[in-house]
Amino acid sequence: MITKRIIPCLDVKNGRVVKGVNFEGLADVNSPVALGQYYSDSGADELVFYDITASAEGRALFTDILREVASTIFIPLTVGGGINTVADFDRVLKCGADKVSVNSGAIRDPNLIYEAAKLYGDQCVVLSVDAKRVDGVYRVFAKGGRENTGMDALEWIHRGIDLGAGEIVLNSIDTDGVKRGFDLEMLAAVSEFATVPVIASGGAGCVEDFITLFKTLPNVDAGLAASIFHFGEVRIPDLKARLQAEGISVRL
Amino acid sequence: MIAIVDYGVGNLFSLRCSFRAIGYEATVTSDPAVIAAADKIILPGVGAFEDAARKLFASGLGDLVIEEAKKGKPILGICLGMQLLFERSFEYGEHKGLGLIEGDIRPISDVIPSDLKIPHIGWNALHLCEPRSPIFKYLKEGDHVYFVHSFYGANCEDSVIATSEYGAPLTAAVAKGNVYGCQFHPEKSGAVGLSILRAFCESEGVK
Repeated sequence: MITKRIIPCLDVKNGRVVKGVNFEGLADVNSPVALGQYYSDSGADELVFYDITASAEGRALFTDILREVASTIFIPLTVGGGINTVADFDRVLKCGADKVSVNSGAIRDPNLIYEAAKLYGDQCVVLSVDAKRVDGVYRVFAKGGRENTGMDALEWIHRGIDLGAGEIVLNSIDTDGVKRGFDLEMLAAVSEFATVPVIASGGAGCVEDFITLFKTLPNVDAGLAASIFHFGEVRIPDLKARLQAEGISVRL
Repeated sequence: MIAIVDYGVGNLFSLRCSFRAIGYEATVTSDPAVIAAADKIILPGVGAFEDAARKLFASGLGDLVIEEAKKGKPILGICLGMQLLFERSFEYGEHKGLGLIEGDIRPISDVIPSDLKIPHIGWNALHLCEPRSPIFKYLKEGDHVYFVHSFYGANCEDSVIATSEYGAPLTAAVAKGNVYGCQFHPEKSGAVGLSILRAFCESEGVK
């Protein structure tokens, strides 16, 4: 049977991983290549690189780095950040990305999902959604979670799937950074109707949060996190061994 | 030298790099002379069968691959490249393949329960058939590889060398003599995938 995926996410600015990462034995803790290799060796099922650079120079550095990562790491790579046009898809796919994650760019122009899916296949288009409860309704936030678009998150995800998104990353702003577990309620609402894989993001603080996620919501396909992996609070080999002991199918 | 056949579909960057990582030089090429001179041939592919088959035959490279296969040169089809080795596909109509592997390409929705998501995407375990194929000589039963597909190889019982369970046992890899195909992506399957490519590089053709 297909395994549950564990996905570390790295923020890259001007070609360097920001926030740094604290691992023993890693000489350059800001190198996307060294970190990608580390995660690949420790059993990550996929890697996500978010380009948080705003300048054209930074963007060029990002694609250089992406090419280097893709030539040394042989697991699926997803790239996000600054994807606004089909040309942006083309730019990162040529450098070795396997999937491309869209967020604000798709909010501005939902047709981007359709056009990219038609050109590169549904499996290539990941719709990333930052959602937050506002007066009891899940709303879509844009610009890194700073701007309430007023859009209903469940409707937006529905539409995204209809337009050709092959995967959904659901990031709950309400639980993000709190480290008290994934937003099971929000994820349940999405995984109930989603016909494509759903990746949970935001809120993981410990191994138990992943166990609870996959046991409570068997329709969720993957768990994504950043800082708990980067700071060694959760180590992927330990996490996967625990998931397996709990009867959850993982790749070891 | 290994020739990765470039007939205008998909991005072959990772595939080329994966051979370099295991110490083999691979060239991405659409030049018939280079393909004919290569020791081994990789037939890649992503996207829709009809479009890929049309490009492959229109470029003349389809017939060249058939010719080289019949001479005994090792050939490995990957993902859609594996599907193209079959006689025909029923992906949105009926389309002719290279006919190097007996069987059809059919939608996985024909055989899996309706509550499972399509495409079959992610890491799944391989069940290796006996006798063990030479391209799996470094693998153990249950090793995981990365899949992305909505169609699968059917009616190819004699050629199946590995299956993966996704509500039904799906064809994961096929072989007939010197012609091999993997439904999954060895170039995206970590160390396990690289060891399959290495074993393929070490395989002998039929003299």
